[in-house]
Amino acid sequence: MALDKPYKDVPGTTIFDAEQSRLGYHLNQFCMSLMKAENRARFKADERAYLDEWPMTGEQKQAVLARDLNWCIRLGGNIYFLAKIGATDGKSFQQMAGSMTGMSEEEYRDMMIAGGRSIEGNRYIGEKK
Amino acid sequence: MARITASVYTSHVPAIGAALDLGKSGEPYWQKVFKGYEFSKQWLRDNTPDVIFLVYNDHANAFSLEMIPTFAIGCAAEFAIADEGWGPRPVPVVKGHPELAAHIAQSVIQDDFDLTIVNRMPVDHGLTVPLSLMCGQPQAWPCPVIPFAVNVVQYPVPSGRRCFNLGRAIRKAVASFDAPLNVQIWGTGGMSHQLQGPRAGLINREFDTAFLDQLIADPAALAQKPHIDYVREAGSEGIELVMWLIARGAMSDNLPRVAHRFYHVPASNTAVGHLILENT
Repeated sequence: MALDKPYKDVPGTTIFDAEQSRLGYHLNQFCMSLMKAENRARFKADERAYLDEWPMTGEQKQAVLARDLNWCIRLGGNIYFLAKIGATDGKSFQQMAGSMTGMSEEEYRDMMIAGGRSIEGNRYIGEKK
Repeated sequence: MARITASVYTSHVPAIGAALDLGKSGEPYWQKVFKGYEFSKQWLRDNTPDVIFLVYNDHANAFSLEMIPTFAIGCAAEFAIADEGWGPRPVPVVKGHPELAAHIAQSVIQDDFDLTIVNRMPVDHGLTVPLSLMCGQPQAWPCPVIPFAVNVVQYPVPSGRRCFNLGRAIRKAVASFDAPLNVQIWGTGGMSHQLQGPRAGLINREFDTAFLDQLIADPAALAQKPHIDYVREAGSEGIELVMWLIARGAMSDNLPRVAHRFYHVPASNTAVGHLILENT
């Protein structure tokens, strides 16, 4: 019997559930390895070679190389793990979050200062604003 | 007997820690956040407890996907500051209270809550930012802290109801500790925010305001709120708010005195909420 996952119809949102976690195990563990300064240095020196040390899928490696966080999340990445890539790149959490919205860094920052993204029209997929 | 005298609730946004550590707290953007904690710092100086039981979540720092406990109680004498990828925050090491922590673990596990006893647990911004907000930048934290980490990263996370009932079990455990300790319980995280996907940046002031009202006045009803309401209305990371229910459940059944209330949007991606409730 299928499990109830009521969060599947929340727009622009991927819940990191046990299924996503299963898909993203090696991707997320690669991210954890970047908490060590020597690993950050090795990754930056040759990203592809460093990624090849991990049993990740080819697509997961591509998504990391492209720094496409939405893509990484679709493939099982979790934002708190992916944040280690951002930290390695010297990005703030706001820059990382904004990069997933299709907005420029300035547009995203201004939206937050103006009170953030409105909930209206953002509760259900296909909801009218 | 030990007793819980008050509870503190606050968001634990990492950028707040960075603003303090990098000397940016005087900037107008951050002043609006720190202004809300001026009262709180004085309040904590006037009401320094013997121990803080600090409920927070780890953000993939102490716990990787190798193992994620739902509820982890820090029983060690000392907890290192985690390097989250930017280097460890320059804040004092966290001293624990192993005797009380072990006592709470013993009592709460026998009340059917499966806590994981942890002795090696570097603590991240989820724990240190609330301490910084409430204490400023001291040479040492004002008292021992028992870190209590809740999984809100790997779904499913514990329900609000379970968190509230766990708070009640913690209250009972503290009350049976055989030393006259003044204990505060802090619940951290939230409020509305979403850090991932095209919906990142979501803020819901109306939800947050209602949550604060109900947390004060009718927490047992608030504890019935299902996960999906948090995710849909307060953003995927707004689910952290279930941790506030642990602290609230540990308070007495009397209506608490609201010593302080503050709300501000934004700190980075997040709505900052803050309450101090005193037992009456």
